[in-house]
Amino acid sequence: MWQISWSDWQAKEGQRPVEFHFNRHDAGSSFFDLIREREPALVPQFPAARGEGGEGMPGVPLATTVLALTYQAGVVIAGDRQATEGYQVASRRIEKVYAADGHSAVAIAGAAGPCIEMVRLFQTELAHYEKIEGMNLSLEGKANRLAQMVRANLPLAMQGLVVVPIFAGFDVKRGEGRIFKYDVAGGRYEETEYYSIGSGGKDARSSLKKLYRAGLSEDEAIHTALEALYDAADEDRGTGGPDFVRGIFPTVKLVTAGGAQDVPEERVAAICTTIAERRRTTP
Amino acid sequence: MALPYYVSPEQMMQDKAEYARKGIAKGKSIIALEYAGGILMVAENPSASLNKVSELYDRIAFAGAGKYSEFERLRKEGIRYADMKGYAYGREDVTAKSLANAYSQVIGNIFSMEIKPLEVEILVLEVGEEHATNELYRIAFDGSIADEKGYTSIGGQAEELKLFLKDKFSEGLGLEAALQLAARALEAAASQKVRAAHLEVAALERVRQGRKFRRFPQTELRSMMDKSGNGGG
Repeated sequence: MWQISWSDWQAKEGQRPVEFHFNRHDAGSSFFDLIREREPALVPQFPAARGEGGEGMPGVPLATTVLALTYQAGVVIAGDRQATEGYQVASRRIEKVYAADGHSAVAIAGAAGPCIEMVRLFQTELAHYEKIEGMNLSLEGKANRLAQMVRANLPLAMQGLVVVPIFAGFDVKRGEGRIFKYDVAGGRYEETEYYSIGSGGKDARSSLKKLYRAGLSEDEAIHTALEALYDAADEDRGTGGPDFVRGIFPTVKLVTAGGAQDVPEERVAAICTTIAERRRTTP
Repeated sequence: MALPYYVSPEQMMQDKAEYARKGIAKGKSIIALEYAGGILMVAENPSASLNKVSELYDRIAFAGAGKYSEFERLRKEGIRYADMKGYAYGREDVTAKSLANAYSQVIGNIFSMEIKPLEVEILVLEVGEEHATNELYRIAFDGSIADEKGYTSIGGQAEELKLFLKDKFSEGLGLEAALQLAARALEAAASQKVRAAHLEVAALERVRQGRKFRRFPQTELRSMMDKSGNGGG
C-alpha cells in the first residue's frame, strides 16, 4: 500500500543524502534513532583509527575545563575557551558551553570535533522530540537521552576520541536547577551542588569545594564559577585563562525558570578583571 | 474467471477527486494570512490537544485540513525531512519551497497510484526576513501546488473564506486586526459565532530569535478577542 518514498523516483543508492519518506512505518520521535535507521551516513562515526589512542592523539584538538554549579535561581554553567593539540594551542575562541534547548545547557570536554557534533545532534534531538510530540521532554528524559548518545560514542572513546559532557537544566516540575555528569561508558550521575570536568576539572573542583555554599546569589555564583576557571587555568596548561590582550573571556550561561541565557561578555570581563586585580596581591 | 472492469482514466481520476473533496469538506477550515509581524494561522478546532497547525522548522510552519491521521503523518514526515536536511547541511538550507515540493510529490504520487487518495489539504508557510519574502504554499489532495500571496485557506469552506478575504484583506495589518479579520471570515463562512475556545491560533513571528513559531495560549487569545469586541468590531 503506501510505500512511496521520495527515493523511488530518484536513481537508486546514495544519490541524495536526505530523502522525504512516506512509509507506513512510523519512525518515532527520536532524531538520533531516525538518522541511524534512515541516514546512517549522518551518524557521527569514524573508521577505526590507526595506532594507539589516548589523550594527545595526534591532530585532534581537545576541549578542556567546563563546570556547572547550582545557585538560588537555577544553574550556572561555564567553560574556558581554549582547545589544545598536544602542547600547542589549537583554538583560543572555541565554544564549549551550548544551550541545548529553552531550559537546559550542555558543556563538553574531550575531542573537540566529536564533542561539537554530539552537541549539535543533541540540540536537534530535543527540538525534534518537541515538534513531533508537541511537548518538551522532561529534564530526566533529556539527561537519559544524552547518556545514550555518550554510550553510542564508546567505540570512538576506545580509540581516544573521548566525549564527556556536563548537562545542566532547570527542572520545571520540581522548580530547581539540576546537574548531571557522565562517564565515557554513558553512566549518568546527578550532582546536587557542583561539578567540573576536563583537563583542569580537578583544579576547578578543588576551587569550587572551598567557594561553594548552598543558596548563592546570581552574582556570587557567576563569580564562583569564574574563580574556579581562573584556578584551573592557573594550574593546568590545557585550560585558557581570561585573555585580556585579545579580549577573550570564558563562556557563562544561566539556566533558570525563565530559560537558558548567556551572561553578557562585558559582565564576565568585569568580573574577570576584579578577580585578576585581587590576585595581584594574593594569587 | 471474471475480467476486471474497464474504467477510463478520466473517470477514475474524477471519482478519486470527488472522494477526496468529500472527505475534506467534512473538516473544519484554516486561514493563514500575512500581517505586519509575520504570518498568522487561525484554525477552527474544538480540540485543545489535536493540533491542526504546527512548527516544521525555524521559520516554517505546517497546517493541515481534512483527515487528521493523514495530515498528522505528513506533518511528522515533514519534520523528519526538515531536521535531517538541517542537520546534514545547515539551518538556512531548509526551505518551505523544498518541503512544499516534496509534499506535492508524495501527495500527487498517492493520488495517481493508490486506490484511496489522501483526504487532505495542507499549507506550508515560511516567514521571510521582510514582508516581501514571505512564502505561502497550498497543496491540494492531488498534489497540485499553489504559491499564494497575502492570505490563503484550506478545508471545507476554503472557497467561501477566500471570497470573504478577497475584499477585506489589506497588507500590513496589525496582529489583533489580522486575528479579528480571520475570526470574522470563519464566522461568515460558518454563519455562526466563533468562540475563542474553539480557535487554534499560532504565528510565525519575524522578531523572534531562532525558532519563529509561537502558539497563542487561550488566555491571550481571549483577551485579544475581547478587545476586538470593545474596539468597535
